[in-house]
Amino acid sequence: MGEKQILDADDIRRAMTRIAHEIVERNAGVRDVALVGVRRRGVPLALRLAAALEEIEGVRVPVGILDITLYRDDLGIRGPAPVVHATDIPFDINGRTVVLVDDVLYTGRTVRAALDALTDFGRPARIQLAVLIDRGHRELPIRADFVGKNVPTSRDERIATRLHEVDGGVDGVFIVRVSESTTE
Amino acid sequence: MSVPAAAGAARHRRRHVLDLDDFSAQEIDEILETAVSMKEVLGRAIKQVPTLRGKTIVNMFFEESTRTRISFELAGKALSANVVNFTARGSSVEKGESLIDTVRTLQALGADMLVMRHSESGAPYLVAQHFHGSVINAGDGRHAHPTQALLDLFTVRQRLGRIEGLKVVIVGDILHSRVARSDLWGFTRMGALVTLCAPQTLIGPEAFWKATWPDLTITSNLDECVRDADVIMTLRLQKERMEAGLLPSLREYTRFFAITAERVARAAPHCLVMHPGPMNEGVEIMPDVAVSAQSVIEEQVANGVAVRMALLYRLSGE
Repeated sequence: MGEKQILDADDIRRAMTRIAHEIVERNAGVRDVALVGVRRRGVPLALRLAAALEEIEGVRVPVGILDITLYRDDLGIRGPAPVVHATDIPFDINGRTVVLVDDVLYTGRTVRAALDALTDFGRPARIQLAVLIDRGHRELPIRADFVGKNVPTSRDERIATRLHEVDGGVDGVFIVRVSESTTE
Repeated sequence: MSVPAAAGAARHRRRHVLDLDDFSAQEIDEILETAVSMKEVLGRAIKQVPTLRGKTIVNMFFEESTRTRISFELAGKALSANVVNFTARGSSVEKGESLIDTVRTLQALGADMLVMRHSESGAPYLVAQHFHGSVINAGDGRHAHPTQALLDLFTVRQRLGRIEGLKVVIVGDILHSRVARSDLWGFTRMGALVTLCAPQTLIGPEAFWKATWPDLTITSNLDECVRDADVIMTLRLQKERMEAGLLPSLREYTRFFAITAERVARAAPHCLVMHPGPMNEGVEIMPDVAVSAQSVIEEQVANGVAVRMALLYRLSGE
């Protein structure tokens, strides 16, 4: 099982700063913008984006946490039911621009579930998607609005994102070759 | 996308919930954690998630119940399952259909899970042998009521933040109580110190309890054992116990075993008063205590839905 680093801590920081600028530009500021991180690693990324946005615009945008476990379409296919974690969206999403944040975009099924989950909380004016890595292999017609890095991968590779808030240690993104194909 | 819980793949898949005796502390802990998320779902404007879409849950109640049946029904519906209620009255059971035949019929009709209440202890175990899906025991005879125990544990943990090390007093008709038995499994496994308090006739031989739970305290002195208690759980007294000669009189029972404000005052200041319902106010619990700030009786009912959602969800993996 080999591992190749594709982003280091500085690369991740620069990618987040660039995405923050793109969010400001696309939405002409951050008025009515809110961030929602998809558990787990989307959450620290959303918090980092919020900090970057605050530096750029001087405004702290609200950040929510979304757990999509109850919205997954593969319950009963993948073995024991996965652990459900808390969802916490402590602000009204109606009429807002919500930027969903996750670490890796792959098949698109997690994003579909996140869209379903989010719309159960209200009716945002628009939903945008920000991801650190887009690795391709989409199974649904979903595309990210903001991408840190496009990484072409094969299906027998896995993207491992390590963020100090979740994993400890130093930030980094790695391609891991696994013998059997995995679904993420 | 990240796998939200890679650890989930390694977990043991449970098919049935018949009692808490075969639950580890870790499994109980995971259910209580999941119930926290389910409670959040129930607090939303749209109290429904698509998790069990396409699954059919049959509530099979051979014994009367309001709260447990409705609680399971709401839990199933909050997870988008098809919920069918089956009661023995008006069914082919009245024509003499056996329990196993009924289960086979429900299976042929596409039931994925059976939630079952029966007056005979052990009936869900029999059903589990003949049903390909999951069986949840919603109360069988005097034997077990695991979902009640889980919601009791959940309520205590939500209120007091922990279960380990708490002093829990269970008062009342222990001998005939399925709730007491499941609570005993649950609270002791989670590290609480449990005291059973009842008249001798409603508790049976001490050696029987000690054989399974050696650390248990057993007493008939309520005034003494509520001292510093963190939780006082009282059980419903069935009036037929008096007719069966197990009690001299209800008045005497009330005098020695009812939960009164004076007795609660002897407990820890944060002590919770619990009751699985339905209550006989003025018999095992005084009306002012039942509605006091320390009473979490209504909360128990509300938490039941979240806990049952957590269980239904957990049983739904392949």
